[in-house]
Amino acid sequence: MGKLLVNERDIVVPGEEVAEGMDYLPSLGTYRDKETLVSSQFGFVNISGRLVKVIPLSGRYNPRRDDIVIGRVADMTFSNWFVDVDYATEAVLSSKETGEYVQRGTDLSQIYGIGDYIIARVMGVSRQKAIDLSMRGPGLRKITTGRIIKVDSVKVPRIIGKEGSMISLIKEKTGCRIMVGQNGKVWIQGDDLKKERIAVEAINMINEKSFVNGLTEKIKEFLEKELKDVQ
Amino acid sequence: MYNKRLDGRKADELRTIKARVGIVKRADGSAMFQIGKTIALAAVYGPRQLHPKFLQNPKMGLLRCNYNMMSFSGSGERVRPGTSRRSKEISYVTEGALAPVLDLEEYPNTVVDVFIEILQSDSGTRCAGICAASMALADAGLKMKDLVSAVAVGRIDGKLVVDLTKEEEDYDGEVADIAIAITPRTGEITLLQMDGFANKEELAKSFENAKEACKKIWEVQKKALKEKYT
Amino acid sequence: MGSPEKGTKGEIHMNIIKKHVYSLIEKEERLDGRKLEEFRKDISIEYDISPNSAEGSARVKIGETEVIAGIKFDVIKPYPDDPDKGTIIAGVELLPLSSPDFENGPPNIKAVELARAVVDRGLRESQAIDFKSLCIKKEEKAWAILIDVYSINDAGNLADAIGLAALAAVKDAKFPKYDEKKEKIDYEKKGTKKISIKEIPIPITVIKIKDKILVDPLLEEEECADARLTVTTLESGRVCALQKGGNVSLTPEETIKMIDLAIKKGKELRKLLK
Repeated sequence: MGKLLVNERDIVVPGEEVAEGMDYLPSLGTYRDKETLVSSQFGFVNISGRLVKVIPLSGRYNPRRDDIVIGRVADMTFSNWFVDVDYATEAVLSSKETGEYVQRGTDLSQIYGIGDYIIARVMGVSRQKAIDLSMRGPGLRKITTGRIIKVDSVKVPRIIGKEGSMISLIKEKTGCRIMVGQNGKVWIQGDDLKKERIAVEAINMINEKSFVNGLTEKIKEFLEKELKDVQ
Repeated sequence: MYNKRLDGRKADELRTIKARVGIVKRADGSAMFQIGKTIALAAVYGPRQLHPKFLQNPKMGLLRCNYNMMSFSGSGERVRPGTSRRSKEISYVTEGALAPVLDLEEYPNTVVDVFIEILQSDSGTRCAGICAASMALADAGLKMKDLVSAVAVGRIDGKLVVDLTKEEEDYDGEVADIAIAITPRTGEITLLQMDGFANKEELAKSFENAKEACKKIWEVQKKALKEKYT
Repeated sequence: MGSPEKGTKGEIHMNIIKKHVYSLIEKEERLDGRKLEEFRKDISIEYDISPNSAEGSARVKIGETEVIAGIKFDVIKPYPDDPDKGTIIAGVELLPLSSPDFENGPPNIKAVELARAVVDRGLRESQAIDFKSLCIKKEEKAWAILIDVYSINDAGNLADAIGLAALAAVKDAKFPKYDEKKEKIDYEKKGTKKISIKEIPIPITVIKIKDKILVDPLLEEEECADARLTVTTLESGRVCALQKGGNVSLTPEETIKMIDLAIKKGKELRKLLK
């Protein structure tokens, strides 16, 4: 007979037992030790059917194929850019992947210079975590205005919200343009400085309070309260 | 015969413990652990790029610990800044104490840096450092089988005690001072160092004592971690 | 907000972030909404944070920036040209614990500059400490005050936090007992005698970005700074130490403007140390 030892959304630490017996199955953030399921992560419990997960509340970006990320050009050679995407090693963007024809011998810094931010797609991740990027695809481009902030990459789903509900709310209320990279970098641009700052604060709030219930309502209240003084 | 402890504690009683998580905002994970007068701070950075390159392991990430005493952390003379043979050794055994619970297979060629600073010392600094570091690693969102809890146990004259103070370490009699780190769920030993003499039976009993003491420390560590999100 | 990025290195080459800071500064605005001449509101000083080991200690927080300072004493032979005076020895360590930008190893030039320019020069040249009161026996023995400051979290403006923490720790310090017979310090007995302080020299760092000057910079603003000037002032408003940093020159007029601002801000921060 299986028995759960925790509830949905409970916060657990590594080594904490979450279920007994063979009825429950380990998933992300949990492992089996004989008859016991144990957490391998500091995070909150998510139970779906027989699967028991622990969703982390912090941690570095772990790149996956097809992630859209915001990266910073850190270095370049004759044919490649090296891009910092907040992973331990730099990602590689080949000059063949800019989405436009680059003639041989072109000075690559004319396209993306060191220090430029780009919105790119993760084309592939090798076993050794070598990351290849591509600029082919809609919306992939160099960023030239606005500001960039950093959130925990594990909180990105919360910032985007169900079917983009959270981020749409912030965009709509503040009138800012916002783009959330899977790696936790967020680009924000608003015409009004105060509104832009309120958008930044809202995103930081979600980052800090991602585990709170009814967060969308709280963010809505926050935005309405703050924006009242601005208009 | 050492019957009554110098600070009046029971033989199996720990000093007062305080712990807090998230004390260094810029770190990926961080924690403070205080036991009695000993205060340890720990911060974790990584997984991040590892230099020099020849240290990189294409199969898994590397754990690197750095233990340091602040210059004013001792009750006597100023501690000279910089690496000493002592701090090097403690850094090394701290790595050994934490590595068994840490899973860095997902992060080949990278390093996880752990920095431990002792702000105030009254014995048991390496154990306090390990307690703080294991909380900081969890706070950094790294995959771990378990936390690590650590304590010094030992024998003063004929009496077995836990969590020795500096005064007890320096007691004028036969003292065995054993630093132990334990994975609290399974009770496995990840750090073991002893100064002094003890026989087999005394050691077996001391391990039991350490296991019990570490369970109590574990409760404090768990509570501190969870408090970050309540 | 302007809060630094967790875990990731400070980005030296960050074109759009610089562009953003510049465009804000032009309108006399800042990333976190402060005015150019405004310090972060949450500044705190906590004394005696290492009560059982240090002879004096303090923690200073400015926003998310945090440093701690501690005092130890030593007994030295006075310098021949100052036979009746003690001295101070200051150290600053930018701990790798406090920022991904700081590396392990001996203090780098940034830490050395902070120790010399912010801590040592401020306290020494201001005559803040009565160095004669540190003399135990003329030509033979005098106290050396050993001040060590450590960064715990770098979220911008470590310099001012370090200066304040060093002062607060000196204020907090109590001499240990000196055993004349054994000719050594008896740390077992905690003393009550405090260091005689005549002046409180407050260091304020003013930075210049384009043609604007501001105080208490965030990390992003520090990255954009063309020049920086640390001005240490006394209660009377007199300046007792200056240190210019950065690779851009300043006109005398600009410099005076920066000094003016530092005097004004020094008065504000002075209240915190009372």
